[in-house]
Amino acid sequence: MRAAVLDSPPSIAIKDVGQTFQDDNGFNVVALKDLNFDVARHEFVAVLGPSGCGKSTVLRQIAGLLAPSHGDVSVFGKTVTEPRDDIGIVFQRPTLLPWFDVLGNVTFVARHKYGRVTADEIERGRDLLKLVDLQEFEKAQIDQLSGGMQQRVAIARSLLLDPDILLMDEPFSALDALSRDEMSFELLRIWSESPKTVLFITHSIPEAVLLADRIIVMTPRPGSVREILTVDIPRPRSMQTLSDPRFSALTNHIRSQLFTRHAG
Amino acid sequence: MRDKAPTGAPAPQNALQRLGYRYAPLLTFLGVLAVWEIGCRVFDVPTFLLPPPSLIYAAFHEQTVQIWLGHAWATIRVALIGYVVAIAVSIPLAIALASSKLLSRSLYPLIIIVHSMPIVAIAPIIVVTLGASDLPRVVITFLITFFPIVVTTTAGLLATPPELVELSRSLRADWTRQMFHIRLPYALPHIFSALKISTTLSVVGAVVAEFVAAEKGLGYMIQFTTSFFKIGQSFVALVMLVMISLAFFQLIGLVQRLLVPWSLPRSER
Repeated sequence: MRAAVLDSPPSIAIKDVGQTFQDDNGFNVVALKDLNFDVARHEFVAVLGPSGCGKSTVLRQIAGLLAPSHGDVSVFGKTVTEPRDDIGIVFQRPTLLPWFDVLGNVTFVARHKYGRVTADEIERGRDLLKLVDLQEFEKAQIDQLSGGMQQRVAIARSLLLDPDILLMDEPFSALDALSRDEMSFELLRIWSESPKTVLFITHSIPEAVLLADRIIVMTPRPGSVREILTVDIPRPRSMQTLSDPRFSALTNHIRSQLFTRHAG
Repeated sequence: MRDKAPTGAPAPQNALQRLGYRYAPLLTFLGVLAVWEIGCRVFDVPTFLLPPPSLIYAAFHEQTVQIWLGHAWATIRVALIGYVVAIAVSIPLAIALASSKLLSRSLYPLIIIVHSMPIVAIAPIIVVTLGASDLPRVVITFLITFFPIVVTTTAGLLATPPELVELSRSLRADWTRQMFHIRLPYALPHIFSALKISTTLSVVGAVVAEFVAAEKGLGYMIQFTTSFFKIGQSFVALVMLVMISLAFFQLIGLVQRLLVPWSLPRSER
């Protein structure tokens, strides 16, 4: 079944992508170099790497928020030149709007994109709150929610316009360790109920192994692909997955990769 | 046997302590008044130099209530108009400054220069230029009031979380929507801080303007009465100015609580 998924045309294709920034002193900083990978339809891919390796840069290129200096980023076979309608984004911080209640935050993307919110979108917002298990908090104010709950609202917000692709930029890294594990299982449940192509940026090895079908391990700056790993742990994954020998074997392998300067 | 205050519930204070805590500000204020009154009497301070509170109260009755209210209203009107004009100019100006690096680079030095002119120094010049009407008074009030609103609003607009700007861009929302759906609401807590600071400044502006040229107003009243050594009445005008400033400040706080309660900590809503 995995193979069948991989055979379908890629949702995201990154080809020879490089990114060069100018720092404050006018020096060129190479953030990404010769980056190549594909993400298949409905595949869950984690991009894993040390801080500053350009993980978030790739996400912004795919989202159409940043044009790559070199190479080609395409989504569904089309080169990305501007933000697309079929992509949802979840950021590291929930960044909800404190002047709206929970439901208002979920439907905000419709209000912001089209200038109004239809009854259908409100209905969909309610369904999504059910999906992220916050249906009782529809009318709650943002500052009444915990960090994990806020991030679940942000996930619901990213799903409102029913994107095919979900880009997640270290979405759980601001949470405490317990909420983090809980949110990982939540995300797996949401993903199984509403399949999407997911690109999940993280610097947590266990998180990547627990969540992903494949892991793109990146090198330090300038970021490029060090290794692409297939996670052959069957789904659905649960608490038990964490004690699976394949889980520890894979996390150990990646850890040794990341701590060896010249590996690969 | 009891070796510790019970935890969980706060230790009960005695009623006297609680009353003391509650009325401490009032008691301090009354204490200052008492020291003032007694000091004036004991040291026999000439009343044309420093009248005791009792004489200030008596001085209020040297004029009719209508006369006092007339002067108060003249000051309030100038302060309010200047304040409203300052808001009407400053917020669009802040939007322009926050939206364009070029505009910000061009206008900011000018704004700083205008703000650096001591208001007391420029006030007579403005009165000469604009003539003796409410106009120069409003302009003077505007000049002292607008700066904090511009600077703080600009800072608030630029403090929008970058993720929200990216979210907006990813939805391909236009500039107006980004400004009115995200940036301006996000700046509201900043804007209200500035609006509160500017309330007292607007009263300062109105008084300074009246010092230069006016035939009505509490500032005018202070200048007029001091020149006749009716210091009691000067103090009455001063007390009224303080009350106007406080009421104005509280009013803006109330507006904030009613219109944008989310911009305040939960305990202050």
